[in-house]
Amino acid sequence: MSLARSLAPVARAARTPMGAIAGLWLALIVAAAIFAPLIAPYAYDVQNLPESFQPPSSAHLLGTDEFGRDLLTRIIYGARTSLSVSVISIAISVFAGMVLGAAAGYIGGAFDRAVTIVVDLSWSFPEILVALILVAIIGPGVTGTMAAIGVAYLAQFTRLTRAQILAIRSETYIEAARSLGAGGRFILFRHLLPNALAPVLVAGMLATGDAIILEATLGFFGLGAQPPLPSWGSMMSSGSALLFKAPWIIILPGLAVAITVIAINLFGDALIRALDIKTRLREA
Amino acid sequence: MLLSVLDLSVRFGQVEPLSGISFDVDRGEILGLVGESGSGKSLTAMAVAGLLPLVGGRIAQGSVTFDGTDLTRLAEAELRAYRGRRIAFVTQNPMTALDPAQRVGEQIDVVARLHRGQSRQGARATTIDLLTSLRIPEAAAISDAYPHQLSGGMKQRIVIAMALAGEPDLIIADEPTTALDVTVQAQIIHLLGQLVRERGLGLMLITHDMGVVAQVCDRVAVLYAGRLAETHNAAPLFAAPRHPYTAALIGCIPREGMAPGSLTGIPGAVPSAAAYSAGCRFHARCARMEERCRTEVPLPAPRPEGGALACHHPLGAP
Repeated sequence: MSLARSLAPVARAARTPMGAIAGLWLALIVAAAIFAPLIAPYAYDVQNLPESFQPPSSAHLLGTDEFGRDLLTRIIYGARTSLSVSVISIAISVFAGMVLGAAAGYIGGAFDRAVTIVVDLSWSFPEILVALILVAIIGPGVTGTMAAIGVAYLAQFTRLTRAQILAIRSETYIEAARSLGAGGRFILFRHLLPNALAPVLVAGMLATGDAIILEATLGFFGLGAQPPLPSWGSMMSSGSALLFKAPWIIILPGLAVAITVIAINLFGDALIRALDIKTRLREA
Repeated sequence: MLLSVLDLSVRFGQVEPLSGISFDVDRGEILGLVGESGSGKSLTAMAVAGLLPLVGGRIAQGSVTFDGTDLTRLAEAELRAYRGRRIAFVTQNPMTALDPAQRVGEQIDVVARLHRGQSRQGARATTIDLLTSLRIPEAAAISDAYPHQLSGGMKQRIVIAMALAGEPDLIIADEPTTALDVTVQAQIIHLLGQLVRERGLGLMLITHDMGVVAQVCDRVAVLYAGRLAETHNAAPLFAAPRHPYTAALIGCIPREGMAPGSLTGIPGAVPSAAAYSAGCRFHARCARMEERCRTEVPLPAPRPEGGALACHHPLGAP
């Protein structure tokens, strides 16, 4: 699949009104995360106690927290943490889920049954529970959070990929390839996986939104990125005690989470429409 | 003889949907394998290519001799070397026979690359030549298209090009025109006929359309309910069918000067493989049924004028 062709649906999605607004916000937040050191007005970890609890002003556009740190700066750096943790963990999850799901769907037999049982079992636990248990085992911090979120969403992608492979396996073009001498590996990599890719990638995009919430939740519990590294979740956590004294400390990072997740979902929906794969996602 | 199928029987567990099938295909020759749906045509094709295990069947008896080698004795890995390289398939429905996620040119290229060891550029050149010889205008542009951008007739040509790219000796075409418009059907059939003559291929053309058979086939094998009814050269078979089933199939071709409404089908339906009757399997639908047709299986017997016939009470007999 050429790059131009793979990006064509993304461009189509970005041309719809909702897709355009959502895409703009996502582009903004991704740029903020990447160029954080260049655009952040202050340092994220330098305390300035005399300036603590400042409401939004011209010096501090979004105000300051209990240590006098600039909230805009911390939200920009928080985007770095939130986005990198959720994107990387979902990427790992999508990749591992595709390998596992494709193997299960393609090999079948006892291996497929074993994978299905484990996946269905973990499917019956909420992702947050799986993630909490894993962080407890691995230990808090950015790496632990990534691993925990990655494993928590593994079942979803394994299931989806397996269902796709099973559906595509009985297509005529697979039979045709076989009748022209194609072997198992060729069929798996040339025909099955490329055709299963689109729905899995879109599901991955939508799951990234969920992963941001999950990352914020873990951060709220103090299990995510450790201080002084800011994450949206840990910022909300420290703001929760000051809800009435300085409400902007909890509301602003909360808004960042909410808007970003809504944007991801809207853009994902536009992408689903552009790719015309709604039915394929539902049947899985 | 390029392909010799002898006394072939296929089993699925206890069910035997195909029994005692024999026919030959030579280079430069088109064999028409005809019969209604459910008569075992496609199963015969799968048996020849060793694809039965995919659907859970096996060859219970008989041999499939291809160019001197009995394919029924080969392991799957050895068979794979034949598929696409020496025996190629043209599948029934071109709408679904192509991978929607790949350009059609790439799908043809890969056959030549895998089976003929051609380089990327060499395979592309072969593909363009092939498409041009299949009378596809602007072959280079078409090969860059995705399947959904092409018409049914065009897709079927692509599928044929995929079959030809391995330069096979035998092509098995399983109802290659059923999914196409009538006008395109004729083009595709003529194209296949031409390829056989020009390249000296053997072609096994599976169809239920006696009209198509009459147009291009050199020889015909008529199947009914998993057994051979009649085989013969096409011209004498159409001039004087001996098996009542062959005659009935020919009677289903519309002819010039027919009164509207006078085209009759064959009453009844092909029995399912699990419920084959004793005796001749056609007896329940046959106008020439005798008492022994109910009990005695008519075995294919060679006949003096060539071909074979499996009938107790053939046409032209008293």
